Amino acid sequence: MTVTDKTLGERLREHGISRRGFMKFCAATASMMALPPSMIPAIAAALEKARRPSVIWLSFQECTGCTESLTRSHSPTVEDLILSVISLDYHHTLQAAAGEAAEAAREQAMQENHGEYLLIVDGSLPGPDSNPGYSTIAGVSNYAMLMEAVEGAAAVVAVGTCAAFGGLPEASPNPTGAVSVMDLVKDKPVINVSGCPPVPMVITGVLAHYLTFGRLPELDQYHRPLAFFGQSIHDRCYRRPFYDKGLFAETFDDEGAKAGWCLYRLGCKGPSTYNACATMRWNSGTSWPIESGHPCLGCSEPRFWDAGSFYAPLSVPTDASGETLLAAGAVGAAIGGAVATLARRKVKTEAASRQPVTVEELEQKL
Amino acid sequence: MSGLHSIPVRVESDPGPHTEHGNAVPILHEIRHALGRLIESDAETRIDLNAIPFGPGDEERLVGLLGMGEVSASVEALGPTRVQETAVPGVWLVDYRNAEGERLALHLEVAAIPGILRTQREDLDTAIAELDARLQSGQAAPRLES
Repeated sequence: MTVTDKTLGERLREHGISRRGFMKFCAATASMMALPPSMIPAIAAALEKARRPSVIWLSFQECTGCTESLTRSHSPTVEDLILSVISLDYHHTLQAAAGEAAEAAREQAMQENHGEYLLIVDGSLPGPDSNPGYSTIAGVSNYAMLMEAVEGAAAVVAVGTCAAFGGLPEASPNPTGAVSVMDLVKDKPVINVSGCPPVPMVITGVLAHYLTFGRLPELDQYHRPLAFFGQSIHDRCYRRPFYDKGLFAETFDDEGAKAGWCLYRLGCKGPSTYNACATMRWNSGTSWPIESGHPCLGCSEPRFWDAGSFYAPLSVPTDASGETLLAAGAVGAAIGGAVATLARRKVKTEAASRQPVTVEELEQKL
Repeated sequence: MSGLHSIPVRVESDPGPHTEHGNAVPILHEIRHALGRLIESDAETRIDLNAIPFGPGDEERLVGLLGMGEVSASVEALGPTRVQETAVPGVWLVDYRNAEGERLALHLEVAAIPGILRTQREDLDTAIAELDARLQSGQAAPRLES
């Protein structure tokens, strides 16, 4: 029996972990997967029999922020994840092997687990019609490497907004012809874990869901897991009661900001952004951007780089008077939906009108 | 892994007056319904407080409102778990931590005894073999002179 053949229950018992420890692991897993505690017995039954899936992680046009985020996961830690939960057979940054040995490990994992491995991608990649020289690994274009790896994958997880939607490389004027994973992969299930970077617990939560139930979670229209992206930041924000009362911070240091009022007028994109920051939080559950006093940038939404200033308030419907905003508690969902629609329209307008900046123009501004 | 504790943090300004976000009281109403189910039909309830969008101070207010009861316990399994009965009988706070002391989950359990304190059936299955092994090693060991 190989290491991967053993079930998670067997592996934990081998490490001397008691049933109480296992149930604690299941309680943490339920919390991580954003499932109710009533699911803990079902999770325990599934995890007892679960086997570690082989995982191949490809990094293309990215900044390594997504991997940095993953290593900040504290439940499970990245060590637990690699040693107990998954068999991470290829990852540029985290693996010890380099050069030809690393590529050989990838090819071996793809061969031995053909049709069963989980392929994770971070970063966008130059499309099939672009110059492949913009991004290569071991002399192989990103496009060729992705399509080769996708062929034997059970499913593809696009981690980060670059892989999910194109992200920064794809922002206008998109010099490398960057595209998302979803633009290229049509014959395998694709799950998008967007965010710049994604919340670490959301990355591990999606992997845990696949390990636990052997299938991908329910997805939204952008192929994101509903358990984490099913509700807007605005709807889960602890500052929402201030929005409902019409209490807004107007500057970053006024009395409203000090009192923790709503950051809507400082450019918060919470009403049009879907993510789990408000409950999962960052830095081991310490805080999140809005709790730190900064508006949400909307980093988990498509084309957020082209959505105009981070500090410009979202447009409000033209018929939304001050009284309407004050009454937003009663019609919050309707207002939020209208604002989200207007925000999407604004992204298109901004992207269409944006012009590339030359080096000469930059030097003049400096 | 994160080493966050090694970063020195110094608060240089007064955080200002305490702000009430109002997210604690609805949880108390949920607990009230759960207590009703426990009393009527022994149905236990767990509430994952990590899934509640608390603002600064909300958790402290909830814990303060629930108060502290007679029983507190600690379980050492995959890191410490602190179990504290609140002043409301049948309402327990269960704080799951990893080996580094970072919180994994914070549950409110409405039950006669929280699940993690009970001896697990799977562990009980090994109890007699464990005791037999200890008996055998006890018989094999030389007796101490009195």
